[in-house]
Amino acid sequence: MDAITVNNVTKTYNKKTVLAVDNISFSVGKGEIFGLIGPDGAGKSTIFRMLTTLLLPDSGTATVGGLDIVKDFKAIRGIVGYMPGRFSLYQDLTVEENLTFFATVFNTSIEENYDLIKDIYVQIEPFKDRRAGKLSGGMKQKLALCCALIHKPEVLFLDEPTTGVDVVSRKEFWDMLKRLKAQGITILVSTSYMDEATLCDRIGLILNGKMLSIASPEDTINAYPEKLYAVKANSIYHLLLDLRAYEGTINCYTFGEYLHISITSNEAEVRKYLEDKGHENIEIKAITPTVEDCFIRLLKHQDERNSNKDK
Amino acid sequence: MRALRFLLQKEFRQMFRDKGFTGRLFIAPAIQLILLPMAANYTIKNINIAIVDHDHSVTSQKLSQKILSSGYFKLADYTDFDSRANKLIESDKADLVLEIPNKFERNLITDNTQKTGIEVNAINGVKASIGFGYLSGIISDFNNDLRATWVQPERTNPLPTISVEPSFWYNPLLTYYIFMVPAILVSLVTGVAGLSAAFNIVKEKEIGTIEQINVTPIKKYEFILGKLIPFLAVGGVVFTVGLLISWILYGILPLGNIAVLYLFLYVFLFAILGFGLLISTYSETQQQANSIMFLFMMVFNMMSGLYTPFDSMPGWAQFVSHLFPISYFIDVMRMVVIKGSGLHDIRIHILCVFLIGLVLNTWAVLNYRKTS
Repeated sequence: MDAITVNNVTKTYNKKTVLAVDNISFSVGKGEIFGLIGPDGAGKSTIFRMLTTLLLPDSGTATVGGLDIVKDFKAIRGIVGYMPGRFSLYQDLTVEENLTFFATVFNTSIEENYDLIKDIYVQIEPFKDRRAGKLSGGMKQKLALCCALIHKPEVLFLDEPTTGVDVVSRKEFWDMLKRLKAQGITILVSTSYMDEATLCDRIGLILNGKMLSIASPEDTINAYPEKLYAVKANSIYHLLLDLRAYEGTINCYTFGEYLHISITSNEAEVRKYLEDKGHENIEIKAITPTVEDCFIRLLKHQDERNSNKDK
Repeated sequence: MRALRFLLQKEFRQMFRDKGFTGRLFIAPAIQLILLPMAANYTIKNINIAIVDHDHSVTSQKLSQKILSSGYFKLADYTDFDSRANKLIESDKADLVLEIPNKFERNLITDNTQKTGIEVNAINGVKASIGFGYLSGIISDFNNDLRATWVQPERTNPLPTISVEPSFWYNPLLTYYIFMVPAILVSLVTGVAGLSAAFNIVKEKEIGTIEQINVTPIKKYEFILGKLIPFLAVGGVVFTVGLLISWILYGILPLGNIAVLYLFLYVFLFAILGFGLLISTYSETQQQANSIMFLFMMVFNMMSGLYTPFDSMPGWAQFVSHLFPISYFIDVMRMVVIKGSGLHDIRIHILCVFLIGLVLNTWAVLNYRKTS
């Protein structure tokens, strides 16, 4: 049985004027790490707030751990752990007091589920008498994760857990998620970092409240239909203008120090075109798309579809 | 109920960890009870008076002497130029100008009548009207003295006069602080308990901890009780501290039963905490809660009969202030502390405040549900 199912859920704000989540369906298997990937304002947090019973959907149904999010909201609150995007523990209580408080309201104790949080807690234990508000960003995230885990939830909701956290802490954080998954905990995680997407079992690309694709990171990448090249030359700005003007170009955008370009023609023709345009030090190489490339492609499709609709 | 215990534990822990908390709880009431009654003193002294004496006679000097020896007035200037006295009023150095005309004494003796002029600086209305009252009293007294010395008393009194002998019940000397201090205490309890409760709940919203609480199995009523109970305790402590201060500083001991006061205090706290809860459901940030509270506290303080008598307000205003629990508490405090009223005398007050509290709390809980 799936740990989370979402069927045609829609949510609007401000008396139905703002569409936050638009007819979304997906499901997450037990013990799976499912990533919701999308830019800010895509509707990720709204999905989280509905699944954690903080918001009611306008239409559609959803279940968490087999329980309906509207009817059985009380039971759901006992089996989920939620870590909101914003640090929201008691800043004037110490690390230990926060953890004890959340343990007791769930009718348990730190000792009872210590093995679950041990890996994380040992890192913040030296600061257990420090007030939560005085912790560093990474420490706060670890404490928040501990508090969300202390009652051994079946499903863990992590809303942008690594935003504002340094690269090393981010990596550690994802290692911890892997370990939690190994203990059979289902994890729904959202992020706007595309590089984290590959660490999930499956990802849903979400934009403007719509789910654009759901697949494993590999399948998402394999589904990329065109050939993708990274191109570099001396004048990157003119290169971008020229490539966008090129008739064989499907899509062209900057990506780090390179331009990523998907084309209908082949590498030799592009090189010839660029040489004719007078570019120097041209470097072209075929690359495997990343999740970000897939996302940009879907984004462009969406834009084109919308502008066609407007016409 | 188990969760409630942990919520309370957490609340009290946070409360005592807040550095300003003990200060707000003990020092603020102490300072306010020491300072405010002095500010709310209606016995006005140090009224600056300028006397323009055009007469320079024995009588005019006697009158000036009498005014100054009353203790209420301070001589700003003694002159015989009108223009100089007017300047003093313009520059706010004089509140009153008494003008004694030329030939004051002679006209009094020959014509048996004379007029004096009083000019009043009405920028500060209270000071002006009270000062004028004092001055007219002194002058009419002076007038009687004159008649006593100059006019031969007739064998029978030609004009029947009614003489009034006032006796002030419950506060024979009309000591202002006996009736101001208990009322100020009410305003204090409202401020410390009601406001803090609202801010406390809004703070959880602002920081986002309420989200975290909402996904736990903690029930709504447990959360609300967990917020209200600590402030019932805080209200009780502030009230007790206030009673002690007013006993030590002003020697005010409630004439009535203290248990009646505490009973009413808790009915009142029930209502005012409901009000705080209601405000908190309508505000997202402490700033919002603060500005709403500021508005209401202003109105409460001005309209509840704290400074100005309740009965002098127009009918609609009296109706409005009957909706404020604080008006009832001020009334009850004065009744029980000064007059020694018992439970039976304040039963209507208790009922009204309880009903108001019921409405406020129900409204707040309904609104709280709707928004989450």
